[in-house]
Amino acid sequence: MIKAILIFSNQGKPWLSKFYQPYSEDTQQQIIGETFHLVSKRDENVCNFLEGGLLIGRSDNKLIYRHYATLYFVFYVDSSESELGIFDLIQVFVETLDKCFENVCELDLIFHVDKVHNILVEMVMGGMVLETNMNEIVTQIDTQNKLEKSEADSQLSTCLHPQGGQSLKCEQCRKEYI
Amino acid sequence: KSKEAEIKRINKELANIRSKFKGDKALDGYSKKKYVCKLLFIFLLGHDIDFGHMEAVNLLSSNRYTEKQIGYLFISVLVNSNSELIRLINNAIKNDLASRNPTFMGLALHCIANVGSREMAEAFAGEVPKILVAGDTMDSVKQSAALCLLRLYRTSPDLVPMGDWTSRVVHLLNDQHLGVVTAATSLITTLAQKNPEEFKTSVSLAVSRLSRIVTSASTDLQDYTYYFVPAPWLSVKLLRLLQCYPPPDPAVRGRLTECLETILNKAQEPPKSKKVQHSNAKNAVLFEAISLIIHHDSEPNLLVRACNQLGQFLQHRETNLRYLALESMCTLASSEFSHEAVKTHIDTVINALKTERDVSVRQRAVDLLYAMCDRSNAQQIVAEMLSYLETADYSIREEIVLKVAILAEKYAVDYAWYVDTILNLIRIAGDYVSEEVWYRVIQIVINRDDVQGYAAKTVFEALQAPACHENLVKVGGYILGEFGNLIAGDPRSSPLVQFNLLHSKFHLCSVPTRALLLSTYIKFVNLFPEVKTTIQDVLRSDSQLKNADVELQQRAVEYLRLSTVASTDILATVLEEMPPFPERESSILAKLKKKKGPSTVTDLEDTKRERSVDVNGGPEPAPASTSAAVGPLPAFAFPNNPCISAGGFEFVCKNNGVLFENQLLQIGLKSEFRQNLGRMFIFYGNKTSTQFLNFTPTLISLHARASLCLFLTKPVDPTVDGGAQVQQVVNIECVSDFTEAPVLNIQFRYGGTFQNVSVQLPITLNKFFQPTEMSSQDFFQRWKQLSNPQQEVQNIFKAKHPMDTEITKAKIIGFGSALLEEVDPNPANFVGAGIIHTKTTQIGCLLRLEPNLQAQMYRLTLRTSKETVSQRLCELLSQQF
Repeated sequence: MIKAILIFSNQGKPWLSKFYQPYSEDTQQQIIGETFHLVSKRDENVCNFLEGGLLIGRSDNKLIYRHYATLYFVFYVDSSESELGIFDLIQVFVETLDKCFENVCELDLIFHVDKVHNILVEMVMGGMVLETNMNEIVTQIDTQNKLEKSEADSQLSTCLHPQGGQSLKCEQCRKEYI
Repeated sequence: KSKEAEIKRINKELANIRSKFKGDKALDGYSKKKYVCKLLFIFLLGHDIDFGHMEAVNLLSSNRYTEKQIGYLFISVLVNSNSELIRLINNAIKNDLASRNPTFMGLALHCIANVGSREMAEAFAGEVPKILVAGDTMDSVKQSAALCLLRLYRTSPDLVPMGDWTSRVVHLLNDQHLGVVTAATSLITTLAQKNPEEFKTSVSLAVSRLSRIVTSASTDLQDYTYYFVPAPWLSVKLLRLLQCYPPPDPAVRGRLTECLETILNKAQEPPKSKKVQHSNAKNAVLFEAISLIIHHDSEPNLLVRACNQLGQFLQHRETNLRYLALESMCTLASSEFSHEAVKTHIDTVINALKTERDVSVRQRAVDLLYAMCDRSNAQQIVAEMLSYLETADYSIREEIVLKVAILAEKYAVDYAWYVDTILNLIRIAGDYVSEEVWYRVIQIVINRDDVQGYAAKTVFEALQAPACHENLVKVGGYILGEFGNLIAGDPRSSPLVQFNLLHSKFHLCSVPTRALLLSTYIKFVNLFPEVKTTIQDVLRSDSQLKNADVELQQRAVEYLRLSTVASTDILATVLEEMPPFPERESSILAKLKKKKGPSTVTDLEDTKRERSVDVNGGPEPAPASTSAAVGPLPAFAFPNNPCISAGGFEFVCKNNGVLFENQLLQIGLKSEFRQNLGRMFIFYGNKTSTQFLNFTPTLISLHARASLCLFLTKPVDPTVDGGAQVQQVVNIECVSDFTEAPVLNIQFRYGGTFQNVSVQLPITLNKFFQPTEMSSQDFFQRWKQLSNPQQEVQNIFKAKHPMDTEITKAKIIGFGSALLEEVDPNPANFVGAGIIHTKTTQIGCLLRLEPNLQAQMYRLTLRTSKETVSQRLCELLSQQF
């Protein structure tokens, strides 16, 4: 099972952390710190699998990570998962983000943290892989977006900005929202 | 933006949100959503959030999708499992589950799975299985329901009862939608580990599903084809599921073998795409197939192919593949079919150790070298590990030291080599050499006459180094104190030279080492009268006699007195050479000399011999560490201390009880058998208050041909906390009749020492008995049919217990056969009948027990259709009365 999923920047800023096992908030922060320390000092082109850090428990946990430009994607898994399977799953996750955000970049993760969570929720549930089919995931997300939009439209008909109604397209609405 | 600025901005925002929530004006859904979302972001930046939960709960109950979704998101990210809030949201979740709106149901199931607490399980464990197997549930909801149920089962297995739904879950493996199948496979894999019987039918379904996937053209599965590989994740999951069970029946097995062969063949085909994702996905399936082959360990042909494939990967340019190949080969090395094949890759592995840039890969290489080591290559492997040790990463040094010490001892042919190896270990990585290692070398030197002179010479030379490790001083001091006389003839190592050499290290050493050296000095007084006065001067000096350390002071005073008052005779008696370590330890030496296979395979003869001793000895709790405190050495704790407990005749007629107990560990058993299958729950209890580390139980089957199949359903956690109990399940299948019971070997570290316990598992042939009721007429008719002399085995023996009729009856029933009343013309006799179930045959058994009260004797007669069965049953049952 997947124990935790972390995304952080090259500077160690955690943009996403999802734990599928209960840890206290302090431990979570420490695990993130330790993981960053473990992963960031590794060269490019070395093995993508590592023994877990001390905090998350060394014995049965593996750390599987990928590094894309400015971001690290890290999955902690136990021995019941296939290493290469998870390795590919990270790729699917990133490709899905890419489709949903049209060329995903670090800022998308920061400003649409809820969306990223929603995508993750469609892929992994309670630490188990739920769906690996990218099209299926994108369809689900699209459905959600449509629902969201129809609700937003009805709600934001009172938007007074010049481009009123286009909630997320409207600069002012967006600023306020963020 | 600086850290302070960030905190300032966040505090301002938090204050703003708090005032909004507290404000008189009721917030509309949109603003609530906005602020909760902001809180979520602030939390994810690593700041504490202590309010806003109520607003989130309100959002959750909203009918608008966006509000509901933010509510759920907030709850699942922020609420930890025992929060009070859970009760508040339960109601909202119930409504959503009943809503029949797939999006809402999905959100609710996700929330249950994410929180996954006991309260959640109590509230929903009944509901979720219903959703899962209902005919009209949408596919996406089914997927979520399967994983949600899995999560609840993990946290509270007792609250998820098996039931009608289980068989319907198994049939989800045939579902049209591959996403549903993937989720269902995950669920079944976990459930099957605890309830193998219940989910047995999943094996054939999984095999046929797998077969359909691997033979499909790459476009058949459309969206589930990932870079030209058909459904890689599902294939991996299915292969994992199959690893929960032993090799299936012949019919299914043929099909499975075909699948595995296809997967292996595909690896040789040219890639369909240059993309790295294509080869990754393909290899993910391949590695899983290989681990299934290794797990089944039954098809030599496949095992060798798997080994060749891994051999190719060892030289692959992808680091990940090299890493995985090393890891898989480790498990492959312990299979008897492929051990030799693995050994052919030794040069590649050694090369990996030297050239890999990545420490995690090098560590795997060390593991593999350890696993593939046997007598033929021990010298080479130990030498390579030693030279690697000089540059090894600090994090893995201690482990390598232990491995080298174990291998050197296990495969030592030439003890001079062993001594050299350990001294090298101390020289290269003295700080990482634990006590057991150097105790062990001394013990071996003392027990082996032929190596003593060599050892004395070698330590003497090693001590010449200006800076040597304290562990070397300890070994040197001890060995020269015992055997310094063997090299004293050479003027370069005359007694005085030896003494001065040791004493030059004295002041740099810690107290225990100095105490040891003082003992060496007094031994010198006996060995070399010519240095007596020099030594007395040293002992008399203020730094010894008035030493602040009590132990040192006492030793100095006593040794000084001893050297002055005692006559030479008395000195010679008191300070005589250490006697060889007693019988108990020499059995370890005997073990050392024996040629052994890889670490997981125990020597057959060895175990047999030890068992024959134990049958008479009864269950003797062997001490965990032998104390042989001799001379200056503290209590010995041997790294390798096997103790096999009783052959367990007391378990012949019962299935539960305590199998083994010593000061550290208690092993309890609970078992059940039906026909040719059985299941045994093993409970390991840590009786101490300290953790056991590296706790690894392994099963050792003593059968060359597998007449008894055993497998552990899952590995236990390598750490067992003080006072804790862990459980492990063994599934048992009786293939044909057998006599030898399997052995359970347990290794762990307690404090600083390695413990090794071996016990026989009380799995005896009679466990596979099914009682058969029959009339008197039937019985005697069958009795006559089995009149062939080989079919009958008779034993006449003295009663060991009081001859009580009721107890005897209970024992016969406990033995497994039916007790037939009013069959034998003599009412004092006992008659029983039953069938032994094995996978290959069923063997009818009749038995008759005739007590003779006056002589306190019994006569037991067994008639079965198979000679070996008659013999074994007679043997087992005779022990009971």
